[in-house]
Amino acid sequence: MAELRTPLSRAKGLGSARSGSGHFIAQRVSAVALMLLIPVFVWMIARLPDMSYETARAAIGSPLGALVLLLTLTAAFYHMRLGLQVVIEDYISEPFTRAGLLIANTLLVAGLWLVALFSILVIAA
Amino acid sequence: MAKPSTANRPLSPHVSVWRWHATMASSIAHRISGVANYTGAVLVTIWLAALAAGPEAYGAVEALIAGPVGILVTLALIGFTLSLTYHMLNGIRHLVWDLGHGFDPKGSNLRSILIFAGAVVITAAIWLAAGGLV
Ligand code: HEM
Repeated sequence: MAELRTPLSRAKGLGSARSGSGHFIAQRVSAVALMLLIPVFVWMIARLPDMSYETARAAIGSPLGALVLLLTLTAAFYHMRLGLQVVIEDYISEPFTRAGLLIANTLLVAGLWLVALFSILVIAA
Repeated sequence: MAKPSTANRPLSPHVSVWRWHATMASSIAHRISGVANYTGAVLVTIWLAALAAGPEAYGAVEALIAGPVGILVTLALIGFTLSLTYHMLNGIRHLVWDLGHGFDPKGSNLRSILIFAGAVVITAAIWLAAGGLV
């Protein structure tokens, strides 16, 4: 394959930090997990008779309900952080804004993950 | 970012030179549904936090559902289901592409249309069969 990078770019070592395929694989592995989990998750929520406090607490507080949510949201957060990273990299080229958004994406998802895990465990406890 | 050298390097064609076709639309929709799913996951987390916090905090959610915008909540849930279903079907196609299959333009366009239609049908089926929230 033809070398697409200029010698200067290669010497500077910018561009791919050689973690591109790791990102690609992680996105696919989490996609396979979600392919199995999302149908279960959607069905579980859609068949609730209503969205009242009691109904929701009972559904998510059950061991199976809690487990479905823990698995689905963990896979989803992992996958969506990787996914939005690509979207940011595609559209935002200004270095400062780009770094800021990439960091915000990571921190937001890490925070969401902890809040979701903690909430599910509180509900199931 | 350092200005890249432009000498003899292949350039990606500008978006505006592309003719609209189903596979292109399905690719754009994959990105849009991915971002919509991201937004949905944020809202699910807020909902879970309110649910964990107790009846008073969750009261705000219940008021929202019972109030005049309750219909919007239902529509948002259906939209989220559609986004998840579409993204999943097209995501499975992405995985098949990664295995090296399904690149013929005609078949690809046909599958794009089937995926769009399938997402609508599955979403409708889920909400009708579940007989729950709507
Ligand atoms: C249900 C099963 C799912 C499958 C099979 C799946 C599959 C995929 C695949 C293969 C990609 C990479 C596409 C590419 O390289 O262009 C992708 C991208 C993405 N996914 Fe998913 N996904 C699923 C669920 C989700 C969920 C639940 C979320 C969010 C909560 C999500 C958010 C995203 C985002 C933000 C992207 C990036 C979109 C882009 O680059 O255009 N996905 N998905």
